Amino acid sequence: MKEMSGAQILLEVLQEQGVEVIFGYPGGAVINLYDCLPDYSCRHFLVRHEQAAVHAADGYARATGKIGVALVTSGPGATNTVTGLATASMDSIPLVVFSGQVPTPLIGNDAFQEADIVGITRPCTKHNFLVKRVEDLERIINEAFHIAGSGRPGPVLIDLPKDVIVGKCAKKVATKPQLKGYNPNYAGHPGQIQRAMEVIFKAEKPVFYVGGGVVLGNAARELTELARALQIPVTTTLMGLGAFPEDDPLSLGMLGMHGTYRANMAVTKSDVLVALGARFDDRVTGRIDEFAADAQIIHVDIDPTSISKNVDVDIPIVGDITDVLGKMLELVKSAPAKAKACSAGHNAWLEEIARWRDQHKLSYQQDEIIKPQFVVEKIDELTAGKNPIISTEVGQNQMWAAQFFTFTQARSWLTSGGLGTMGYGLPAAMGAQVAFPERLVIDIAGDGSIQMNSQELATVVQYNLPVKVIILNNGYLGMVRQWQELFFDKHYSATTMDHAPDFVKLADAYGALGLRATRPAEVEPVLKEAFAHPGPVVVDIVVAAEENVYPMVPAGEAISNMLLV
Amino acid sequence: MKHIISVLVENEFGVLSRIASLFSGRGFNIESLTVAETEDKSISNMTIVTIGDDHIIEQITKQLNKLINVIKVVELTESVQMSREMVLLKFAVNSGPKRLELLRLVEVYQGRVLELGVRSLIVELTGERAKIEAALEVLAPFAIKEMSRTGMVALARDGKN
Repeated sequence: MKEMSGAQILLEVLQEQGVEVIFGYPGGAVINLYDCLPDYSCRHFLVRHEQAAVHAADGYARATGKIGVALVTSGPGATNTVTGLATASMDSIPLVVFSGQVPTPLIGNDAFQEADIVGITRPCTKHNFLVKRVEDLERIINEAFHIAGSGRPGPVLIDLPKDVIVGKCAKKVATKPQLKGYNPNYAGHPGQIQRAMEVIFKAEKPVFYVGGGVVLGNAARELTELARALQIPVTTTLMGLGAFPEDDPLSLGMLGMHGTYRANMAVTKSDVLVALGARFDDRVTGRIDEFAADAQIIHVDIDPTSISKNVDVDIPIVGDITDVLGKMLELVKSAPAKAKACSAGHNAWLEEIARWRDQHKLSYQQDEIIKPQFVVEKIDELTAGKNPIISTEVGQNQMWAAQFFTFTQARSWLTSGGLGTMGYGLPAAMGAQVAFPERLVIDIAGDGSIQMNSQELATVVQYNLPVKVIILNNGYLGMVRQWQELFFDKHYSATTMDHAPDFVKLADAYGALGLRATRPAEVEPVLKEAFAHPGPVVVDIVVAAEENVYPMVPAGEAISNMLLV
Repeated sequence: MKHIISVLVENEFGVLSRIASLFSGRGFNIESLTVAETEDKSISNMTIVTIGDDHIIEQITKQLNKLINVIKVVELTESVQMSREMVLLKFAVNSGPKRLELLRLVEVYQGRVLELGVRSLIVELTGERAKIEAALEVLAPFAIKEMSRTGMVALARDGKN
């Protein structure tokens, strides 16, 4: 068989894996790989910072459900991927990241641009590999894709010493990866599912608590069908937004630290809480011993380590969410009388929830200064029916986007939930726009976090990715300022961002369109202009400086204990 | 409470580091850890002694199982396992009645003298952890100069796992 270089084998295998897009940044250790790249159909997007390459691959993966791919060089190229890998790892996003490495004989010698990236990224990847022989390369890449995309997904890093990239061997025929210690369980246990359904059928105050797993497992349709069939209200975590249509009367919106009043009250008072692809994160549960304290808890998750990690679970079900929800639906269909009685029995519960909804809706006071919530509502209104993709940075901008945008579609929401990575939104939006050139992709940003990866404006202009960056500019690191206001007696230490660039000029300098709104009446026309523009746009919206995100559950409090407006 | 966990792992570089960083990153304790190849050279057996309540032990076994290179995790409870630990002890003792007494005690614990020098003595003791602990307590007055312990190795008894 014809011999190929490691670089050629890698690109062939990517082709076999169906990889269409790579986000990357070249360097000495991967120069031979870049030399071969133009010979293959895979499109490469040159980012301006390796962190952004990983976030872009991550945004691409979240929006498409495919595995995102990034390629960087050794040393600093590799260490710059760490935040991106940790972001993807916390949110279970499937990625394969290739890093260059110094030649194997030099490993450990402190060679130029050497970093022990396998050691560094061990805790923030699902798995990682150092390829020591070119003969192992093909097998390892196939294993990496298998690991990244199956079970609870996650990022996998492959470290490629230069001699492996240039070394030659014969390419084999692709075989299914065989991993002795890795065999995720997909089929939910029928007995457990039966038990769970008996409890759900008898519940008087049930709630579905839905996490990112339902999005990742592509189970939004099954969830929606089950919730409607049994008239069970649904609250989603930050990661679960879009898994259930928020315009459905059964939607409670988001729960947790900045969740809606009705969601937090409903969970607190529930008698059966069904956690679906969620992991009882501290931002969701608040004070753990008061979280759904009177409820029987059913927990469905593909990752056994998530179950009974933070709370004791009454009925654990390990399995793929689509499989489990599908089996639950079958049980509902096979017992129509029970299902009917169950759904009819929830009227009082739904009325109680409606009262909570009416008592405290998400709200704000719009006056002569633009309120950030108003901007998000306008984005929601102007994009209704257009199926936009929304990404966010982290902080107040993220919470207002989560609260005031009406999510109806899965995989249309890109946010760093677990790690809370500022600077995520723009590169993630870029990745999603690569996947969906025709869709409207909007990064809802803050003036602080946009500056963490604003260099990617160059990338979006270079490839004419028409991402719309909407900066809610309050001149503060707003979420930290909010905490300082509420819990540190307004001691605003290091949260004032009064030396930000002129974002309109910044956009202009990169060759993007820059727009600004300073009065409420300007918001709609400026957004309309931005959305109609065929290229990338930065919209600087000067918003009320000291607006807070409410409701808010102070850290460590029970989620029923909310600070309201 | 102490627990013994036996872990079969792929015999590859970096696996020990994955296990160690799992324990440190999640705040689990390792009291002792031993690792060596099994009869199949591609597989290593680790015996980890750890401390924690049932909830923590459950998390530890689940998290270990989640590692790609981990093939099998078995928690070995006291009743179903055979375990041994070895310790080498160096004593600074001259010839004389003290040395004779020490040698007698070593014999009681079925220890072996590995080296007998003019001013020192190296002894090997093997046994269950409780026996080793008891021996160390009794031998402590003899000025132990150096000590090296293996940590526990364990296997499930036949038909128990």
